[in-house]
Amino acid sequence: MLEVINVCKTFDPGTVNEKKALTGVSLKIEEGDFVTVIGGNGAGKSTLLNAIAGVWPVDEGTITIDGVDVTGIPDFKRAAYIGRVFQDPMTGTASALGIDENLALAERRGHSRRLVWGISSKQRAFYKERLSELNLGLEDRISSKVGVLSGGQRQAVTLLMATLQRPKILLLDEHTAALDPKTAATVLETTEKIVNRDHLTTLMITHNMHDAIVHGNRLIMMNNGNIILDIRGEDKKKLTIKDLLNEFEKASGEEFANDKAILS
Amino acid sequence: MEAIGEYLSSLSLSGLLSRIPAGVSQGLIWALMAIGVYITFRILDIADLSVDGTFSTGGAVTAILIIAGVPPIVAVIIAFFCGLLAGIVTGLLHTRLGIPAILAGILTQYALYSINLAIMGFKANTAISADNYNLVVSGRNVTLAIFISLAFVVAIIAALYWFFGTERGMSVRATGCNPQMSKAQGININLNKVIGLAISNGLVALSGSLFAQYSGFADVNSGRGAIVIGLAAVIIGEVIGDALLGKRMNFAFRMVFIAIGGIIYYLIYTLVLWLKMDPNMMKLFTAVIVAICLAAPYLKKVRKNSFRRAGKNSAGGRKDA
Repeated sequence: MLEVINVCKTFDPGTVNEKKALTGVSLKIEEGDFVTVIGGNGAGKSTLLNAIAGVWPVDEGTITIDGVDVTGIPDFKRAAYIGRVFQDPMTGTASALGIDENLALAERRGHSRRLVWGISSKQRAFYKERLSELNLGLEDRISSKVGVLSGGQRQAVTLLMATLQRPKILLLDEHTAALDPKTAATVLETTEKIVNRDHLTTLMITHNMHDAIVHGNRLIMMNNGNIILDIRGEDKKKLTIKDLLNEFEKASGEEFANDKAILS
Repeated sequence: MEAIGEYLSSLSLSGLLSRIPAGVSQGLIWALMAIGVYITFRILDIADLSVDGTFSTGGAVTAILIIAGVPPIVAVIIAFFCGLLAGIVTGLLHTRLGIPAILAGILTQYALYSINLAIMGFKANTAISADNYNLVVSGRNVTLAIFISLAFVVAIIAALYWFFGTERGMSVRATGCNPQMSKAQGININLNKVIGLAISNGLVALSGSLFAQYSGFADVNSGRGAIVIGLAAVIIGEVIGDALLGKRMNFAFRMVFIAIGGIIYYLIYTLVLWLKMDPNMMKLFTAVIVAICLAAPYLKKVRKNSFRRAGKNSAGGRKDA
């Protein structure tokens, strides 16, 4: 479904701030895979997701989605294939627009924006149905501005937007990191539910090793701009945090330097 | 004392009352411009300074076309499209060439000064008397002018309400509100910025066209400071609208109140003239009001959340300890 071949990206090349963010990453993800991504700060997790989403052009390498080479396509066109949820709950929704309007915008992702009225009553009923599955009571305030919702509610709406029409790939960039633990658990549960129901091909970055182990059928660990560990299937099911730390030290020759990932 | 008495006795209430209709009709014409400013300033979150130029463009194009024998209403429509074009230029300077929006607007405005002069054959103003042409609106017949400009305002608000409710219009609103989200939802934000700037400048030129006909002449300087007047109308309208409607304020009401803001601005202007103040001071007066209104939300926030206050609280805490 997704193939990343030898992708390199260097930020601010030739300056004192030069940062080799991706150093020849290759990754092949099959249809229906739910891949969790972990790694220390600056390991290149978000950079990899941004490269797939097309936030900026990569320096080298190829990215194909469902057989289509998207390397030369900018993010807003690539959005036809991709659903995204960001770390900051403010990023994924337009606060001045209603919940229904945000969902309507998402429903047209990958299609042309026509000069026809944005939301029909049929669509609104469909949105209500989908919102009620979130169990947040949002279906009763469908016209409310998204700006009045809490961070957790906004993340849930963003998740719904990302999956309202089936994306070929769902990219989750630490989408629960900015939420309190209880809300984070709810949003993660909803994520799991939607991904399983729609059999979505998913890449989820998390800072939480426990979540990375519990969720998904495959786990990759990144360090210094590349993938250093790739565990799947039965091996992943038996994985413990201690295993992961050991594997990290073995693969990178360093100690895992992210207390947050270990402690939480 | 005597001078003040003389001044007061020179003011006649009937003089003020008789000027109100003219103020209302001009306010309605400026309201179209204010709605244009609203589209860029509030919806797109861009302070577009090209409008000072496009307002004059609307007038210049209209005057020349009417003199050339084009029916005035057709001249109004062509003026609208000329404004549209100017907005597209600003939009392309910004999105294609990476020039900051505010500078792109200034560049367009600057270039338009020459273009507007060229349109009028390098004369600073061009007369179009209601005696010679059957104008769409004219200061000669204020009552009719009020009805016609009101019809324009209502039609434009209805059209914009429809447009911003369409799939495309909604995506323009999202573009101004959250560009990152918009891109993630597959929205071409550069295209949308150009669309928004084009519509805005089209409306401003339309306003300039009607204003030139109302005044009986087009002037290359008529648009000077239009952005500030537009902002004043937007702010006055929003303050009144929020006070009266609060949370019930929707998009249509917002535009209605901006139009009302335009009228109120012009009534204040009328009052200032009636008080025999120098109209040249109006720009200073307007700038001060707009500055205060734009600063108010910021100052309110700072008052709630300031270092000075933290310092005071800290000093107070130490005393108690």
